[in-house]
Amino acid sequence: MEPDNNPLPPATRRIAIDPVTRIEGHGKITLLLDADNHIQEARLHIVEFRGFEKFIQGRPYWDVPFIVQRLCGICPVSHQLAAGKAVDQLAGVRQLPPAATKLRRLLHFGQILQSHALHFFHLSSPDFLFGFGSDPAQRNIAGVLKQYPEIALKGVKLRKYGQQIIAAITGKRIHGTGAIPGGMNKPLTVLERASLLADISDVLQWSLEALALNEEIHTVHPEHRDFATVPSNYLSMTGANGELEFYHGGLRARHADGTHIFDQFDYCGYQQILREEVRPWSYMKFPYLSALGTKHGWYRVGPLARINNCDAISTPLAEAARQRFKAFGQDGLVHDTLAYHWARMIEALHCAESIHKLLQDPEITSTQLVAEKGELQPEGIGVIEAPRGTLFHHYQINEEGLITRANLIVSTTSNNQAMNESVRSVADQYLDGQEITEALLNRLEVAVRAYDPCLSCATHALGKMPLQVALQDANGTVIDQLTRGINNEIYRYQ
Amino acid sequence: MQASQNTITIDGREIPFTAGQTIMDAALAAEVYIPHLCHYPGLPPSGNCRLCVVEIGNRSAAACITQAAAGQEIRNNTSELNAARKALTQMLFVEGNHICPSCEKTGNCKLQAMGYYLGMLEDHFPYFYQRRETDASHPDILLDRSRCILCDLCVRASREVDGKNVFAIAGRGTEAHLIVNSPTGKLADSTMETTDLAATICPVGAILIKEQGYRVPIGQRIYDQHTIRDIGLQEHATKKQEEK
Repeated sequence: MEPDNNPLPPATRRIAIDPVTRIEGHGKITLLLDADNHIQEARLHIVEFRGFEKFIQGRPYWDVPFIVQRLCGICPVSHQLAAGKAVDQLAGVRQLPPAATKLRRLLHFGQILQSHALHFFHLSSPDFLFGFGSDPAQRNIAGVLKQYPEIALKGVKLRKYGQQIIAAITGKRIHGTGAIPGGMNKPLTVLERASLLADISDVLQWSLEALALNEEIHTVHPEHRDFATVPSNYLSMTGANGELEFYHGGLRARHADGTHIFDQFDYCGYQQILREEVRPWSYMKFPYLSALGTKHGWYRVGPLARINNCDAISTPLAEAARQRFKAFGQDGLVHDTLAYHWARMIEALHCAESIHKLLQDPEITSTQLVAEKGELQPEGIGVIEAPRGTLFHHYQINEEGLITRANLIVSTTSNNQAMNESVRSVADQYLDGQEITEALLNRLEVAVRAYDPCLSCATHALGKMPLQVALQDANGTVIDQLTRGINNEIYRYQ
Repeated sequence: MQASQNTITIDGREIPFTAGQTIMDAALAAEVYIPHLCHYPGLPPSGNCRLCVVEIGNRSAAACITQAAAGQEIRNNTSELNAARKALTQMLFVEGNHICPSCEKTGNCKLQAMGYYLGMLEDHFPYFYQRRETDASHPDILLDRSRCILCDLCVRASREVDGKNVFAIAGRGTEAHLIVNSPTGKLADSTMETTDLAATICPVGAILIKEQGYRVPIGQRIYDQHTIRDIGLQEHATKKQEEK
């Protein structure tokens, strides 16, 4: 669908869903109906203003990884490492000591593992285990713990293990320190390594089970194939041989038919391939591949993009899972939006396998962790594959080392248009001219949750956010309004 | 006057002092901690931060600038005084931009450590969000005035120990701010060096050696392992050892 910048097309009615629940931060969905009650357009409004790009101006460059990691409480490590890579460039460091790179990779595998576990088990599994339209009082992680304790506990433990890796390396589970210019500030001790190795067999087993659960969920429910599904372009980083890569590599983009748009593109030139469009109804920008333009250039990032894009995975169990995923797509790309979760669990397994491998690497406990700094550089660009997709950090500094300009393209921003498209697809299927119900509303949220549980870093109690739907005619008159309160009570205002 | 008469009591404990000694120095020598931020062993006192205010009989006085006198009965570690100290600490926080999560001094900061020591759980007062000039002109030293608590330690260290007079406090009241004694007012044009005591004495993150932030991992920073009481007593003991 062609993006529309007009505030409200003529002869439309508006259904607003505000806020979206079980997504960290506020989201508001507006559905614009035409005169025939067909969905004309869906708009997922991002109403928070963060301002990080502005308020880090004037701060010293070595502070940046630890300021910008506060963008998120779920994936702070990804922000720290993306900024850390940019800061390495600013400090004139071309090559990190091998042990520092390995430690950063281990840290990032821990980050992705814990984030993926949180995303699926804590935030999305209730939808699949209880059904999209089931009682919201039960449809949350507490309900999963009660009804499916074995599944829920393994999910909680998977996340805990990822956090233990983060805590061992950065000193804290959330918002620790680590990536200093040219390396890392603390080695992994022999004791810490032994402690982590003691649990890795269980973690591998839980990851396999989580993957099996997701494969089953997606393959035995044919209706999941079409739910919120939108054929799209894909963008991700891949390794030098096209393999799945989270920490460092070249950019690859594919058309929906699988053909390459570009491959192994040096991310330091990202401004040549990406543009960002501003629309008046959202604080979140709309990035697009400049070669394809604003209409056709939107793309998806994250697990689905990465598994679709890569040619191989370096660890055997995850590679076998990727082969099954590829076979499911009959060797084409899998565009199913709900397959994000399946791809997510393939990646979680890859993380577990990679963690096992890195923990056995003798160099992982090395104390040679910081490279000599070089001459200060005016510009630094760090790109990493964060749990929810490709993450760009770009900084410029003055000769005194203070930030003069920053540009961050976070994963959610890249998926912005795709989320709008998926919401429109679901609305088309379930809301066209029908009475608004809580179950229908949740289907829209399920679509957004497939991409992202964290539209910002605000933290809210699960399932406790009020949900409002308003139906307005073209003149702005509210003709129907539905509210779900904090205790799941439903009010309808006429 | 006989030696045995040269004692004061702090919270009921008898403590000896020598002629000319302040209450603060006598207390620290006896390993009695009186909270402080602007006192540093070996530098002349200034009485700026007011955290060391104690009650002597029916009056209040800053322990760092009040001489010990025989027979003084001093109250120090009381809930009322500590409540006032906490409020003072909160005021210091909100007067500057003390955002601990994004400050490289975190874990090594005396203001933060004082907040922990006094049980400060929130800022209580609204932040001023003032904008003071950051001076990054010096190749090795960063001056972030937005974190300055006007303790005057850098002024005294530069004057008394470094012999340079690099810093001064200018302005009054809420307009008070740290200035640099150089032709341009910039640190780069001063005689400041990283080996100066003034370069490392700052109790907060106002004067920092560049590019050293976050090098000490969490768990190994000063106040990860010690309270500010430990460090206050240790600084005094170290100075006394040096004097011997």
